[in-house]
Amino acid sequence: MPDTGVPVTRPAPQAAARPLLRLERLKRHFDVSPPWLARVLERKPRAIVQAVDGVDIEIARGETFSLVGESGCGKSTVARLVVGLYPPTAGRIEFDGADMGARRGRAEMAAIRRRMQMIFQDPYASLNPRWRVFDIIAEPIRAFGLAKSGQEIRQRVEGLLRQVRLTPADGVKYPHEFSGGQRQRISIARALASRPEFLVCDEPTSALDVSVQAQILNLMMELQRDFGLTYLFISHNLAVVYHISTRVGVMYLGRLVEVAATDTLFRRPRHPYTRMLLDTIPDLEMTGRRRAPVAGEVPSPINPPAGCAFHPRCPFANDRCRRERPELLAAGETRVACHAVEEGRLPAEERSYVRA
Amino acid sequence: MTSLANAPLLEVSHLRVEFPTRRGTLVAVDDVSFDIAPGEVLGVVGESGAGKSLTGAAIIGLLEPPGRIAGGEIRLEGERIDNLPYEKMRRIRGARIGAIFQDPLTSLNPLYTVGRQLVETIQTHLPLAASAARARALELLKEVGIPAAEARFEHYPHQFSGGMRQRVVIALALCANPRLIVADEPTTALDVSIQAQIIALLKKLCREHRTAVMLVTHDMGVIAETADRVAVMYAGRLAEIGPVRDVVKQAAHPYTRGLMGSIPSIGERSHRLTQIEGSMPRLTEIPPGCAFNPRCPHAGQRCTRERPDLMPAGRTRAACWLYDPQGVGAPLRAETVDA
Ligand SMILES: Nc1ncnc2c1ncn2[C@@H]1O[C@H](COP(=O)(O)OP(=O)(O)OP(=O)(O)O)[C@@H](O)[C@H]1O
Ligand SMILES: Nc1ncnc2c1ncn2[C@@H]1O[C@H](COP(=O)(O)OP(=O)(O)O)[C@@H](O)[C@H]1O
Ligand code: SF4
Ligand code: SF4
Ligand SMILES: [Mg+2]
Ligand SMILES: [Mg+2]
Repeated sequence: MPDTGVPVTRPAPQAAARPLLRLERLKRHFDVSPPWLARVLERKPRAIVQAVDGVDIEIARGETFSLVGESGCGKSTVARLVVGLYPPTAGRIEFDGADMGARRGRAEMAAIRRRMQMIFQDPYASLNPRWRVFDIIAEPIRAFGLAKSGQEIRQRVEGLLRQVRLTPADGVKYPHEFSGGQRQRISIARALASRPEFLVCDEPTSALDVSVQAQILNLMMELQRDFGLTYLFISHNLAVVYHISTRVGVMYLGRLVEVAATDTLFRRPRHPYTRMLLDTIPDLEMTGRRRAPVAGEVPSPINPPAGCAFHPRCPFANDRCRRERPELLAAGETRVACHAVEEGRLPAEERSYVRA
Repeated sequence: MTSLANAPLLEVSHLRVEFPTRRGTLVAVDDVSFDIAPGEVLGVVGESGAGKSLTGAAIIGLLEPPGRIAGGEIRLEGERIDNLPYEKMRRIRGARIGAIFQDPLTSLNPLYTVGRQLVETIQTHLPLAASAARARALELLKEVGIPAAEARFEHYPHQFSGGMRQRVVIALALCANPRLIVADEPTTALDVSIQAQIIALLKKLCREHRTAVMLVTHDMGVIAETADRVAVMYAGRLAEIGPVRDVVKQAAHPYTRGLMGSIPSIGERSHRLTQIEGSMPRLTEIPPGCAFNPRCPHAGQRCTRERPDLMPAGRTRAACWLYDPQGVGAPLRAETVDA
């Protein structure tokens, strides 16, 4: 059995305690009607992208919850909603019990914001090129008033640089003097500067080479152990997600179609889309398993198919699927939004992605 | 190796690509040699900046000045193509070598319909009348798996999804039935599900037309599924080359081993992935001796002084003194965990 060595970084989900983050029926729609759209597409009437269309997630303290799915399914939009870069169209975000949509004073809001930070995919774009690394990392410390003196700021920044395996001497340099992996370390140091409990990581290693990716993932797992961090982790790389996550949510066209503990998801995926995604993982072991070339592509989120949005690509679709949208329901150890699973037409089966 | 039937289609020998700069000459590709047989897929891997794309650009004659080929030879079906005048190379590029790049949009003209671009490309290289060119274009769109090709013919590139655009680019590259396709990160911008489709397509073409493919990517998964042989580049040089199975499963070069180890795989979970310490040197800071020596757990004194060339190493060829009878010399540092 491969999971005899379940690492310390993946504590069992604690059901009892209050979740650190709770998303309830969260929605974000974008109006992409002409004239903006007319330039890109041909003239069309009002168009609304339902980027996130009713997502429920609870993330427990200390766990890593990952979102996976094809490009455009709404992963980054969820991330941006959580850290407040977009206001929700509908639904609720609760952080440590506090409703993020409630009116609050500036100081109270800052106190909450300090506790959650975001790491972006592109370490080039997310650092101010005109600032020295020292000032980039010191900025949140100054902004949130987390140090009493210049001396204390210096100590904090130097400590952070060491934590991400850079040196205090790197502080005087500018971002362009670093490689992609080193820049991502700088973003991580900056994200940690306000001593957050919760990090939203949107494809933090997707722009990096595999060898650099391994360094960054190791660093993230170490930091999580050392500081008890909670991660919302976004990636389209299923092998990376397998390594780092406690639980995984699979998204398709703005909705969650399956949520399960990592091992359960990879061993007994229930949703036809989850199975399809797993079938496309490249076979590095060269077992001869053929990647199933998937039929079709993600349909436009502007006019998502009626009923189950996956039905045009689904081998199990029937009339009900074309009419009625499936809800995310408990099915054994997972939660799945699929009529076939609910009706018992699609039994659970062990899959062999996890090498025994 | 050079029996006529199996004569290599492409032979690259001692290729060197340089960039003259104010602070001196940068050698971005250094003494790179390999060949590709008809119908063979050679994967070229390595981290960004290793020189993969420049090697590809040198072969298709699209090095951007001031970059230039400063040494070595490139032969296509025995004929030298590295020193041809621009016009002549342009004709070879459409007719005998097809190119596919990472971003399909760079290969497509946004102002023309997909059909028109295909017909024009076909007519540039083949003596076909408009109606015959159109028929061939439709045939190509069907071959690369574009559903409803007739209807799609009149559409513009922006009306296609990313995966569909990359199919169109492949169709464009195939217009004149090239003998060689140079594909630089053709699936990197695509979702894994679409990646699998594009790879299946490339393999089918290779099989059915005996087209040779140089597949540049940093994605080992793509290589493992597609390539017959793999060349691993590091800091402008070949670190290792060999049959795909051997490179993936029992690499000889410490860098390749580290690279393979750092790929997360499903089923083997630990609190730590294997990692190679440090990073690839910049072109201005390539250390003397073996370029990998500052990061190598096996480095010896000799590695800091003498540069290894490719040599037989188990089932592959690797540029590493570990496989030389004289070895690496006195150890440089205490050996850490095996890469
Ligand atoms: N600011 C915006 N204005 C209009 N549409 C948007 C905006 N942001 C996102 N969208 C659309 O919302 C949908 C979801 O986008 P999102 O960026 O969340 O996808 P993603 O899952 O992160 O994809 P990727 O894997 O490509 O990063 C897409 O169709 C996208 O085009
Ligand atoms: N126009 C240029 N001027 C100077 N250096 C360049 C230029 N183009 C590429 N290089 C350098 O050549 C090296 C190899 O580049 P490239 O072949 O694009 O790498 P890869 O495709 O393996 O990522 C890199 O170090 C890159 O910075
Ligand atoms: S609800 Fe129907 S169409 Fe949707 S995934 Fe399940 S079986 Fe397929
Ligand atoms: S030549 Fe020396 S430094 Fe280079 S890879 Fe081999 S052992 Fe390591
Ligand atoms: Mg995204
Ligand atoms: Mg490149």
